[in-house]
This record gives sequence, structure tokens and C-alpha cells, in this order.
Amino acid sequence: MKVITGSDLRTGDVIWWTGEGWSRHVNDAVDAGEHAEAIIARENAKQIVTDTQVIEATQTPEGVRPAHIKDRIRALGPTVRLDLSLKPADPAAGNWVI
Amino acid sequence: MYQYDQYDQAMVDARVAEFRDQVERRLAGDITEDQFKPLRLKNGLYLQLHAYMLRVAIPYGTLSSRQMRMLGDIADKYDRGYGHFTTRQNIQYNWIKLQDAPDILADLASVEMHAIQTSGNCIRNTTSDQFAGAAADELVDPRPYAELLRQWSTFHPEFDYLPRKFKIAIIGSETDRAAMKLHDIGIQLVKNDAGEIGCRFYVGGGMGRTPMIAPVIGDFISPLQMVSYAEACLRVYNRYGRRDNKYKARIKILVHEIGADEYRRQVEEEFAHILTLGLEPPAAELERIKGFFEQPGFDSAASDDLDLSDPDFALWVDQNVHAHKQPGYAIATIALKPVGGIPGDASADQIRLMADLARDYSFDELRVTHAQNIVLPHVRKVDLYTVWQKLDEAGLANANLDLISDIIACPGLDYCSLANARSIPVAQKISERFADLGRQKELGELKLKISGCINACGHHHAGHIGILGVDRKGVENYQLLLGGSEGADTSLGTITGPGFNEDGIVDAIEKATDVYLAQRSEGERFLDTYRRIGMAPFKEAIYAKEPANG
Ligand code: HEM
Ligand code: SF4
Repeated sequence: MKVITGSDLRTGDVIWWTGEGWSRHVNDAVDAGEHAEAIIARENAKQIVTDTQVIEATQTPEGVRPAHIKDRIRALGPTVRLDLSLKPADPAAGNWVI
Repeated sequence: MYQYDQYDQAMVDARVAEFRDQVERRLAGDITEDQFKPLRLKNGLYLQLHAYMLRVAIPYGTLSSRQMRMLGDIADKYDRGYGHFTTRQNIQYNWIKLQDAPDILADLASVEMHAIQTSGNCIRNTTSDQFAGAAADELVDPRPYAELLRQWSTFHPEFDYLPRKFKIAIIGSETDRAAMKLHDIGIQLVKNDAGEIGCRFYVGGGMGRTPMIAPVIGDFISPLQMVSYAEACLRVYNRYGRRDNKYKARIKILVHEIGADEYRRQVEEEFAHILTLGLEPPAAELERIKGFFEQPGFDSAASDDLDLSDPDFALWVDQNVHAHKQPGYAIATIALKPVGGIPGDASADQIRLMADLARDYSFDELRVTHAQNIVLPHVRKVDLYTVWQKLDEAGLANANLDLISDIIACPGLDYCSLANARSIPVAQKISERFADLGRQKELGELKLKISGCINACGHHHAGHIGILGVDRKGVENYQLLLGGSEGADTSLGTITGPGFNEDGIVDAIEKATDVYLAQRSEGERFLDTYRRIGMAPFKEAIYAKEPANG
């Protein structure tokens, strides 16, 4: 699947396109399919998200798993500070192997 | 320490106000990211893997306790309770919100600090010897010259859009503790037979994709012409450095391609011209600056004795304390390298504690080292035990300076968007494997440096053992280098052969240290043995096939 990610302009948080808005949880990401570029153009124009891009991911039993390790670490948080990652709030986050 | 005059303060304050306005306009949607990005980078604000990252300049790595305390407070107030000290003697915060950035810069400005020129193709923060003004082997205190360079390079209009970033280091001791020859310009203050001071200019060194050791370009430049000579070096580079290819744009490529002799000829020509323009700051300015760096009021009656009856304290003194030029005093290095920890990270509480120790025991001064440690430069020997006890309570009494677990590691793929592989977990595993301090001391001085990509922020080329993270078809892989060094005997490491995974690299390092232990002669460090016996025995051990089971 192709998912859209970016950074929250105001906070810098990593965010994912959910089909309706933006979420901090990669598991909420949806397949943007062929509309990705159009969605990015529309969302960029709102000036609330920055550094938007389309990345490859797969739907797995543990949730949406970005294909590239950089995107997986980006989705979860620093692997050396899991206390600062999504984990404390959402223990199931990033249970796929980094 | 240098203190801002009204011009310094006015410039920094004006920049804060300007950036506040720029951020407001960005948040209001009045300017686009393409327009805003160069403006935020001008103020040290990057967008990294998880959030905005702010890089704060620490001029020549020197901090007062008030500044250090502010760095701790910023970590608490605007970040997630910690900061990361970098290999360029700066500090980075990893979790900055854009909306907070102007307030952070205002807080920094209130203690004479900023994040200007910590990004972009300009002259970056000048680095120096962390023992400046304290080291027993110092010929000339480099700090006044570093400050002069700071003033000259800050907002220098001609050098704001160089072909590529530009890094200067300056030292005044025989021992090079600043990796001086691996900088775009490295300046060594030396004395001639007549006792006069001169600046030896090494130009065109660097790490990154194409590591180079800088050749000497100017052998003995008068300190009263140092700025003009630096200006000439930069001008020739600005004119002829390549702008068509990012990977060939650093000055090292120019010096290498036209040759040191031709580069020197052009610099001399430009230098002669510049001397006619009167660009050099007046000698009185250097004298004014020197006034800020007079020695603190040392107690000339301070005892030179040290009670080493506590064995743990004795271990720390043996490893982390260096000789001071003033009898009765010592230089203490706080290694930010706990076993299993993150090299260079310090919590807000630890940062504030170090600030307090500097205030109470080190004439209000601290230094950041390029090895990501902190120095208390002027501690009375009688106070060392108390200082050590307080450090120990805060988990800061690691007695491993310059040992295998005193690892330099860049942030790598855990934080850095340019990375190919993680650096920190490798550092953690190595420090855990070699956790036993006795074993580390048996191995002796061993500088291990890890970078998460070819940009070499972790100085892997200059490690006695270096590790470079690479991306092998989407999987982290680590190349091993041996034989690098960054001191007076600067050399570049050589890759051993095929790379390893995260566990494999730790095993390979252990095998390399075994070869050293088996082959070393009396008094040899790892590096010396490597230089004597060469790569072959190491390679053989590292890549030996495990005997088949059964
Ligand atoms: C008529 C001429 C110029 C105009 C209208 C102009 C306009 C601007 C504007 C609108 C900005 C953004 C400021 C902000 O967002 O706060 C800017 C920034 C900047 N301009 Fe110019 N500019 C001019 C000439 C120059 C020249 C000649 C230079 C250099 C030689 C220059 C260097 C810069 C730099 C370095 C910045 C970034 C400011 C910063 O560091 O924050 N500009 N300029
Ligand atoms: S060496 Fe590479 S991975 Fe490490 S901090 Fe520098 S750019 Fe990032």
C-alpha cells in the first residue's frame, strides 16, 4: 500500500494521512492509492503539515508496517528511547520487528 | 570568559525578533515551506526524523555555569528533559516545536547564546581544545584567537553562501585534542625560537565521503594577520570551490585538485592584496579580548596532594583527570558514556548539576569536548573527591575516558534523517560487551568512533577503531575500519573488508582487540600495534571461519 506521511508544521510530530485527517499513529494510515499526489497538494496548501511524502507500506497482523527501516523508526520513535516513542501510550505500536 | 558587548547582544536580540516574525508568518500560512526552510536553517532549526531539531552553538566549546544551567532548563521546558552534546562541541535538542523556537532563542540570547550559523554553507562554530587555558602542555591560550575568529566569521557577508559548509578549529598546544587537521582550516598556535607566536594554517582537511588530512598552507603567520590570512583562504575557496556538485564542493577537494602548492600561491597573492585593504582587526581588539581570558584567581597555596585511598575515586582520577598548568589544580573530564547509555546525552538534571559543580569548583567554567564529554577545567585538587562524589550520585562518574567504551557516536538512524543505519545501539552493545573496567583498562587507550552514514559526524575515519553504518538493500550493515587517528599523528582508518550486522560488528571488534592483546609489545596502544603489524593479522582473525560443530 501507499501511505502518506508528513510532519505537523507546528509541533514537528510525525503524522499519517487517515483518509479524513492526520494521526500520529501509523496504524491509522490508509492506502492513498492513486490519489496520493492530489491529497498531498490539497493538504500542503492548508499549511498545517510539512515535508509530506508517499511511502511504501504493508498491512500486517501487527498493523501498518512501512517498507523502509527509516520510515519504521520514524513511525515508532527512537529505538533507544522507547519511553519517548509511541509505545507508552500505545503498547501495540510498532510491534513489527524494526 | 568572553562577555558580549552591546553590539554582540544587539545582533543576537535582533535576530530573535526577526525569527519570531518569520515563524509567526509561517504558522499563519503567509509564507510557504520552501520560503521558510532557508530562514529556519539560518537559525539552526532542522526538521529531523521525529521532530524539529535545534542545534545551539557553543563558541569553542566554552560555557559558563549560567549558560549550562540554561541549557538544562531549555531541555526541561521545551524538550523532553535531555540534550545531546555533539562532536562539534555544540548541543542539539531533538524534540523542538516550531511554535516554541523563538522563545528558546530568546532564552538563549538572555545568556549570550544563539543558534546562528549552525547550519548552511557558512562558517560554522569555531572549535578548540577543551583544555584551553588549563592544559599543562599549552604554549598559547587559543581562546582569544578563537573569539576573534568568532567575531570575524559571524554574519560575514562575503562568506554566507560558500560552496559548502566551513569548519575551523584552533589549538595552542602540542597535543591536538580538537582533530585540527581534519577541519577545513585547522590553526595551530606555535612559537618560534625567538619565542614569537605564529599561526600554522592547515587547510583542506575533512572527513565525510572523501576524508583528507589537511596540508600546511601557511607555516608561521603573525597572529596580527590571522584574520587576513583566513580571509584569503576563504576567498580563494569561495571563488574556485565547486558549486555544481555537492560532493565535490568542500575546500578539501579544491586543495586536493589544484594541489597544496598552487592553492598556497593563490592564497599568498590574495593575502598580499588583503593586507593593503586594512581588514585586520586592530591589535587593540585582540588585547581587549585577551582581557576576558585572564587566568582565574588561582589559590597559589592550593595543595598538590591528592588522597587516593578510595579505590573507585583513584580509578576515576587515573583515567579522567589531567594535569593543570597551575600547581594544586587539575582538569576533570566528565564522561557522558555510561555502560549501555547514549553517548553525549545528558538529562536536564545532570546538565544543571554540572553547572553547579562548575560554579562551586571550577571558576564557573565548563567545556564541551568533541568526544561528547564535559570538562571542568580548573578544579582544586582538594575538591576533586567532593566533585567525584557528586558526579557519582548523578551517574556521571564513568571512569572510562579514552577507553573503548568512551565511544563517539552520531545520532544515526534513531534520530537523523540522513542516516543509513543506527549508531547508538551499536555503541550500547559495545560498551556492554566491554563493561568490565579492568578489561577496558587492560586494553588501554582505544578511540572508537561510529557514524551512521558517510557524512562522518561520528568521526569514524579517525577512530583507532571506526564503524560506518551502511544500507545494504534496506538492511543496516556496519563496516569496520582500523588505524585512524586524529591527534598530532592524524591518520585515516582502513576498511577491514565486508561489513557485519549489529551483533557481528561487536564480535569483530572483540576479535580485533584479542589480536592486539596477543601481539602488542611493551607500552603499545592498540593503534601502535596496528601500525606496526598492519591489517593482515586483524583481517585474518576477524574473518576466520568458525570451526564447524561436531
Ligand atoms: C531588494 C533587495 C532585497 C529584498 C527585497 C530582499 C528581501 C528579503 C526578504 C523578504 C527576506 C525574508 C525575510 C524574512 O522573512 O524575514 C530576505 C531574507 C534574506 N536576504 Fe534578502 N532581500 C534583498 C536583498 C538581499 C541581498 C542583496 C542579500 C545578500 C547579499 C540578501 C540576503 C538575505 C538573507 C541572508 C536572508 C535571510 C535572512 C535571515 O538570515 O533570516 N538579501 N530578503
Ligand atoms: S553521520 Fe550521517 S547519520 Fe550520523 S549524524 Fe551525520 S548525517 Fe546523520
